[in-house]
Amino acid sequence: MEEGYAVVLVYSTAHALKAEKALQRAGLSCKLIPVPRHISSDCGVCVRIHRADQEEVLEVLETVGVGIEGVHNI
Amino acid sequence: MPASLRPGDWEVPLDEVIYFDNAATSWPKPPEVTEAMVRFLNEIGANPGRSGHRMAVEAGRVVYEAREAIAELFNAPDPLRVVFGSNATEALNLVLRGYLRPGDHVVTSSVEHNAVMRPLRALERQGVEITVVGCAPDGTLDPADVLAAIRSNTVLVVLNHASNVVGTILPVAEVAAQVRAQLIAPLPAPLLVVDAAQTAGAVPIDVQADGIDLLVFTGHKSLHGPTGTGGLVIGERVDLARLEPLKRGGTGSRSEHEEQPDFLPDKYESGTVNAVGLAGLTAGVRWVLKQGVEAIRAREEALTRRLIDGLRAIPGVTVYGTLDPARQTATVSFSIAGMEPSEVGLRLDEEFAIMCRVGLHCAPAAHRTIGTFPTGTVRFSLGAFNTAEEVDRALEAVERLAGDTRRRTHSARRMMHQAGYEQQGG
Ligand SMILES: Cc1ncc(COP(=O)(O)O)c(C=O)c1O
Repeated sequence: MEEGYAVVLVYSTAHALKAEKALQRAGLSCKLIPVPRHISSDCGVCVRIHRADQEEVLEVLETVGVGIEGVHNI
Repeated sequence: MPASLRPGDWEVPLDEVIYFDNAATSWPKPPEVTEAMVRFLNEIGANPGRSGHRMAVEAGRVVYEAREAIAELFNAPDPLRVVFGSNATEALNLVLRGYLRPGDHVVTSSVEHNAVMRPLRALERQGVEITVVGCAPDGTLDPADVLAAIRSNTVLVVLNHASNVVGTILPVAEVAAQVRAQLIAPLPAPLLVVDAAQTAGAVPIDVQADGIDLLVFTGHKSLHGPTGTGGLVIGERVDLARLEPLKRGGTGSRSEHEEQPDFLPDKYESGTVNAVGLAGLTAGVRWVLKQGVEAIRAREEALTRRLIDGLRAIPGVTVYGTLDPARQTATVSFSIAGMEPSEVGLRLDEEFAIMCRVGLHCAPAAHRTIGTFPTGTVRFSLGAFNTAEEVDRALEAVERLAGDTRRRTHSARRMMHQAGYEQQGG
């Protein structure tokens, strides 16, 4: 199983909060953290997930309609 | 110190005040609303959506929870389709000024608030065409008249869900159904914009079942939030590329770009939102959901019936509207023969501690429709916290005032009669 975290970049804080709720409902752990500076100059938050969950996470987010700007390993 | 009102040199304990001005803004608020706002200021505080630290995320969560509460109440398809602003007026300006272009046609009704009519009249000077469909003198609207007014260039139908003057509820769902049923491809059906300032939280609204494309609400009336909250629910038929924002600026998202974001809700929410107000609004909406809109409506209907029946039984009092509580909100307009509304208002306040609103209620068109322009009416607007006992006390007060004017007119007539008699005799 892949170790470590990935961050999912979404459009804005509102989208990040919607993502967080949907992932919690799906039983996938996540945390909203500031966007790491080396990934984007944006000032908001992104969704940190376990790398191992990535596929499932993206599926959930697509189902609830949270647009994804990018996924990065950290 | 007990809470009290101090108008001039006398004092009324707050619990003896009769507040019948809920159509202007609701009072009192559920205690949860104040508590949520205090908690936000004391314990959360940060800027929602601007920074990444946990206090900012918590503040963002408060705002997101307001979106969820509004989405649940109106059955919006997605909390991100809820856009907040300072009130219904701002949301109406966003929709009307953001969507309409010269050459477009709009259909609206003759009972609209100035929050609709003033932006529309300004747009008319820029080449937008407007048809105002007449309502009956009781404020009712025939959907067939709306249908008949629609042309090939009609892009919006803008309707008040309920008149803030007479409370009459307009058949918005029927209008939506009929407009869409007669839609002739390839012409897109115009969007239905509903001004729910008077009904949100007091009358059931389901944007999807009712066919409402843009629902405008204000937070401080029957949603029981604080002033400075409101917004709109944007339906899935709305072309976001066409709907321009009213303001542009910082959103906390896409900060590296100097162009406004094109996604919801950020496109329409520049500048720090009223997070403390939205904390209160969420508590207000949750309170409404807990009571149930149907239950609130049933209670208000019963009080409205008591008020209308009582007023109609007083000689010299004229009540406007449908006179049918099932077809209106808890807002009742009336007049007393021989007494100016302004005098009625002042005496109700000073002698009976009854707070109400008199005059034209920011809706001259509605007063023209019911035949009370330019004098206006006296408006009693009940809310979720009013009681039958308050209605009875108010009826007694109106009866006293109406009795005074009857005596006044009677003695004036007698004096005129005597004067005429003497003239003839002399
Ligand atoms: C029908 C109607 N539309 C719009 C408004 C404007 O609401 P706000 O003052 O909260 O913008 C009101 C209330 O004043 C209203 O009654």
